[in-house]
Amino acid sequence: MENKEKVQNSFKQIRHLAIGIFCVFMAMAVMLLYLLVDPTLSAFKFDSGKKATTNEYVSVPESDADFDKIENGVHVRTGFVEGDGLMLVVNNCTNCHSAKLVTQNRMSKERWLATIRWMQETQNLWDLGLNEEPIVNYLATYYTPTEEGRRKNLNAIEWYELED
Amino acid sequence: MHRRKFVKKGTLTALASIVGADIVFGKNLPIDYKLLGLQDPDPFKMFNKDSQMVVLNDKPWNIEAQAHLLNDTITPNKYMFIRNNGKIPEDIDLANWTITFDGESVKQKKTYSLDELKSKFKQYTYQLTLECGGNGRSEFNPPAKGNQWTIGAVSCATWTGVRLRDVLEAIGIKDDAVYIGYHAADTHLSGDPKKEPISRGVPMAKALQDETLLAFKMNGAAIPLAHGYPLRLVAGGWPASASGKWINGISVRNKVHDGTKMTGTAYRVPCNAVAPGDKVKDEDMCIIESMPVKSLITSPKTGAILKEGKSLDINGHAWAGELKVAKVEYSIDFGSTWKTCALEAPTNRLAWQHFSATIQFPKKGYYEVWAKATDSKGIAQPMVLPGWNPKGYLNNACHRIAIKIS
Repeated sequence: MENKEKVQNSFKQIRHLAIGIFCVFMAMAVMLLYLLVDPTLSAFKFDSGKKATTNEYVSVPESDADFDKIENGVHVRTGFVEGDGLMLVVNNCTNCHSAKLVTQNRMSKERWLATIRWMQETQNLWDLGLNEEPIVNYLATYYTPTEEGRRKNLNAIEWYELED
Repeated sequence: MHRRKFVKKGTLTALASIVGADIVFGKNLPIDYKLLGLQDPDPFKMFNKDSQMVVLNDKPWNIEAQAHLLNDTITPNKYMFIRNNGKIPEDIDLANWTITFDGESVKQKKTYSLDELKSKFKQYTYQLTLECGGNGRSEFNPPAKGNQWTIGAVSCATWTGVRLRDVLEAIGIKDDAVYIGYHAADTHLSGDPKKEPISRGVPMAKALQDETLLAFKMNGAAIPLAHGYPLRLVAGGWPASASGKWINGISVRNKVHDGTKMTGTAYRVPCNAVAPGDKVKDEDMCIIESMPVKSLITSPKTGAILKEGKSLDINGHAWAGELKVAKVEYSIDFGSTWKTCALEAPTNRLAWQHFSATIQFPKKGYYEVWAKATDSKGIAQPMVLPGWNPKGYLNNACHRIAIKIS
């Protein structure tokens, strides 16, 4: 009988020990899991905690950069070629009409200037002041006529097999 | 309780015609609500255009077709070019739309509602060719300023409306009448409400022709918004700018109309031919009237590759402004020899005519098929660019497609 009691007691001790060890492991596991989520223990730094959460909502200036992004030498938003005076042209020449009205045309410096005068006289374009020269220079540099003769070759043909 | 305003039935019908479908539950719409369909930045959806149409300009909207898209005998909306000088009007109120006739040469000023126009005057339907005066501008050298149209700024739809002549006769016009000028609801790009984006017109002789219509239907349905809903002038065979859209006024003038784009160099060419690049004074520029003879090969699409020994069927349309097309020919040897195409009579005066031919190619290689139309006065299309002019109008050089025999 005495033996039986001893065995029961030692079982009890072993069980308590096992439970204790299990609890320690569980506590460590919870701490490790928490560290995975918050490795800097920021939730316990009460003074800096507020700063950290508000910082998350500070706006990033990324979209502003995208707005006037230039890719492969072309101002993405308007299609204008990159070059000196680009932003002056964007800001003065796309308020009333599309940039496409500019980029599909080819003119000499004299004719670009004449077009600006016509817009000032009849279309409510403002005085361009000191910006006029860089604007005209930009246009006459990047949108200048090329000699193309009396009839061009047929180009940009997409060839296809004609079925019956 | 404050009553919310809801859109009227008339406005709903207008919106439905713009969107191209009935607006289910439309009567529940708050009055100032903009349909998502109208906010859509996709022009092909917004104007119900085919995705192969080419956008030249998005402010103002200018969109053209390609030759192979124009193969239908009657051009459907989806392949019809859009040419705008200003902003397309918004919030069109069909029930309260009116057109006012005034000017020095009307006997009395008179305003009609749309319903009055439709009920008081007999309605007519004609198929009418409308080509932009600047169609083909992209080929001029030195280049001309403006939208760089290639070949797709032409259409031939059916238009239903009342004769402008019938209305003018009912109002009464004085003997000194010279010209009519239209006024419309589109707005100037600068936002200046005092400026008209365009206000052109035609001489009385053209205004009084049977086929000159105040139209309210295109291809049997309400005119799509981009093409002048709810009322437009249609003067076939003349630069399409003479066919004003969104018309709300006609002035009968005792002189040549002097509205926007009637004066200076707009829609004018040198009265006497000039060398390419020459400067021309305003007073030496003459108003374009009838458009010149022209044709388009609309099938096959350029770029077809055929097996040796196969024949090629071609077809297309030809038109000649005020005149009829007398003959269409094709060449496969760069204009050295020409063969005659079969040519149909027009459905009515000022409608384009259809031509067709079957071509045999002698051997393998690269070919260009050229089409050349001749009008009833014996005037034919040129092979190279016609007379250079400062604004790049009236390019009727022959149309060419590329073919390979393999």
